[in-house]
Amino acid sequence: MVEFWVFILGFSVLLYVLLDGFDLGIGILFGIAPHENEKSAMMSAVAPIWDGNETWLVVAGVVLWGAFPLAYSTLLSAFYLPIVFMLAGLILRGVAFEFRYKTQRWRGVWDWAFAGGSLVATFAQGVTVGALVEGLPMANGHYSGGDLGWLDPFAILCGIGLCLGYALLGACWMVRKCEDEARELGYRFIAALSVGLLAFLGIVFALALRADLQVMHRWLERPYLFVFPAIGALAAIVLAHSVRRRRDGLPFYMAALIFIAAFGTLAISFWPYMIPFSITIQQAAAPQSSLAFMFWGEGLFVFPLMLVYTAISYSVFRGKVRSDSAHY
Amino acid sequence: MHLTALILSRLQFAFTISFHIIFPSFSIGLAAWLTVLEALHLATGRPVYRRVFEFWLKIFGVAFGLGVVSGVVMGFQFGTNWSELARMGGPIQGPLLSYETFTAFFLEASFFGILLFGRPRVPPGFYLFSTAMVALGTTLSAFWIVANNSWMQVPVGYVFQNGGFVPTDWTKILFNSVLWVRFPHMLLASYLTGAFCVAATGAWLGLRGVARAEAEVMLKMGLYLAAVLVPAQILFGHLNGDYVHKYQPPKFAAIEGRWHDEQPASEVLVAIPDARHETDHYALSVPVLGSVIGSMSLNSKEVGLTDFPAQDRPPVFIPFWTFRVMVGCGLVMLALAWAGSYLAFRGRLDQSRLLLRMIFLSFPLPWVAILTGWFTAEVGRQPWVVYGVLRTAKAVTPFLTTRAAMTSLVLFCAVYAFIFAAGIFYIYRLLQAGPVGELAEPTRGTPNRPLSIGGPDPSETPRPAPRGA
Repeated sequence: MVEFWVFILGFSVLLYVLLDGFDLGIGILFGIAPHENEKSAMMSAVAPIWDGNETWLVVAGVVLWGAFPLAYSTLLSAFYLPIVFMLAGLILRGVAFEFRYKTQRWRGVWDWAFAGGSLVATFAQGVTVGALVEGLPMANGHYSGGDLGWLDPFAILCGIGLCLGYALLGACWMVRKCEDEARELGYRFIAALSVGLLAFLGIVFALALRADLQVMHRWLERPYLFVFPAIGALAAIVLAHSVRRRRDGLPFYMAALIFIAAFGTLAISFWPYMIPFSITIQQAAAPQSSLAFMFWGEGLFVFPLMLVYTAISYSVFRGKVRSDSAHY
Repeated sequence: MHLTALILSRLQFAFTISFHIIFPSFSIGLAAWLTVLEALHLATGRPVYRRVFEFWLKIFGVAFGLGVVSGVVMGFQFGTNWSELARMGGPIQGPLLSYETFTAFFLEASFFGILLFGRPRVPPGFYLFSTAMVALGTTLSAFWIVANNSWMQVPVGYVFQNGGFVPTDWTKILFNSVLWVRFPHMLLASYLTGAFCVAATGAWLGLRGVARAEAEVMLKMGLYLAAVLVPAQILFGHLNGDYVHKYQPPKFAAIEGRWHDEQPASEVLVAIPDARHETDHYALSVPVLGSVIGSMSLNSKEVGLTDFPAQDRPPVFIPFWTFRVMVGCGLVMLALAWAGSYLAFRGRLDQSRLLLRMIFLSFPLPWVAILTGWFTAEVGRQPWVVYGVLRTAKAVTPFLTTRAAMTSLVLFCAVYAFIFAAGIFYIYRLLQAGPVGELAEPTRGTPNRPLSIGGPDPSETPRPAPRGA
């Protein structure tokens, strides 16, 4: 039962990162897109699905609470400020999607809210993951780091890294969904972001080695972990090829594969900890009666339906968005 | 007042949840009303129902969207500000709220897209089904939320083990009698919100002489529905009072402004409760009525607040007054609904501009009643967060600093004020325009975009409705 909910939680988080990742990334790139018709095409490329994507964050949140209450309460309270800023960013970008087209005079304000909100939300998520990798300061079962205990150069670097990463996903989505100038813009973004992301990975690796992070020990203990970076490297090579050959559909899958590899690396190097390296999955798990209650209804029946719905929604909106058919 | 992280967290929760409840209470009622309209349209074939449907669908979209974005915050606030509650109550509250996300979000998200953009693509019967499913989704959402809150009000079906609540009997938690009087109370409140907003809009259009046929449908349906629902709501309100009387006597005494035991008890109608001196100033009371309301008897003994240690008593002033405001709103709504229904039935409502104006101005009443009702329930539950078991002061994140709590409170206030202003302005513009525009079949679908359907591009000018389209 615990394993089932670990799987559902991991799956929901991964799905969230991949799906909301590309639409947050589009939001970030939106801020530096030069012309209105590109902006409009970028918005159209994610408009029908962003809301569903974000729902996976809520799914991950409530599964974490219901199945792993100790992890939920520890994580959310420790990362108080990043989470609050993430939520504010998500609200602003969410309404900007819609209000942007309701006004001419205020359009600039909503554009700013869209790009700024996406950037803040992504950065906050990256900082959270970075600080988690370093390990949370804990005393007597409570977080003991204070308001800004998560704040250090490594976490900030991870925040920037996730912005680059989501932006890469977003750029790949642009290439996949858009035509003409917006598609070309997407290819230019991919080139720049790939270099940026590579540089980021190098710096993070060097920093992690220097700081002698506990995660690094796990790597030496578990050499099979290197399978994941290998997959990531392979995906990066295919990505480069597909960009050179202008194969519009492929880059997104490769970028997603890089994210899956990174996610798998983290998940397995944390195992069996839920909050590295202080709270294990077993310690965090809710009582059997809670897990069973969730399993026999939402886990067994509703969860598969949710996946079906997501698949249907994407298949309805498959194919390119044409710039002239931009809604409104 | 000294601003501690506890006070700031309570303010933040109160602010964000009060802001949030405005939208779902509206959209639950509207979703049900849209289902009725669509069914009427299918049954009678009268185009006016279709035009009224399309008009309210746009407003529903905006309200639904604001409810979604403000609701995301709620799911995380338990963990950020109330980590001790989240940890201890998680095994019960977490599953309840996860059921909300899984069942309600799923239904709403699936069928909302069809509702907005699917009319040309699906058969009419299936469209009606989709409307009903959205209504079911909003209703389920309310059920799980009230289930969670009812467990906090009257915790059942658990043992306290290893520093946390462990569920032992989910049927007790889900079939708690308290839940089954509070859930209908909330549902009726939402339906009344819908009914009064619809009637008020009808009155507004009627006063301005805009879209007469649609205005009449809105007025009549809203008023007739309210005329039936308000008495039912008063009955459920009474049943809610019964559970408070039985399970939460200090809250009951606070609502009644009763400081000392009385037999038979009088009913304080209005007063200024004074907690320091344990008395009411300027009290206007009716003898014996307190026993009648509390126990349906002429000589029952009713307990006063001084029976309980001071640290177990709720604040008195807020629940005392919010309760009275709620009841007052209910009585005004009853009068308006009955008077309006009577005149509408006699076909004379459009001649009474005064009553039309009052109905138009009555639209905030259901919201005021919902907010004050929740204030009564939640402030009256203090000093407990899980009634009688876990104190609010012990539920807050122990290491939360005033600085962090202040930052988040200011941030949320600013963001909410910003989007609220934009959303309200936008709904106002839609309402003011009235049911205009062609009944064009939308051809391009973009579901999951709740706020996007509200009306034409600002660069376009709305065209008058072709009658009988």
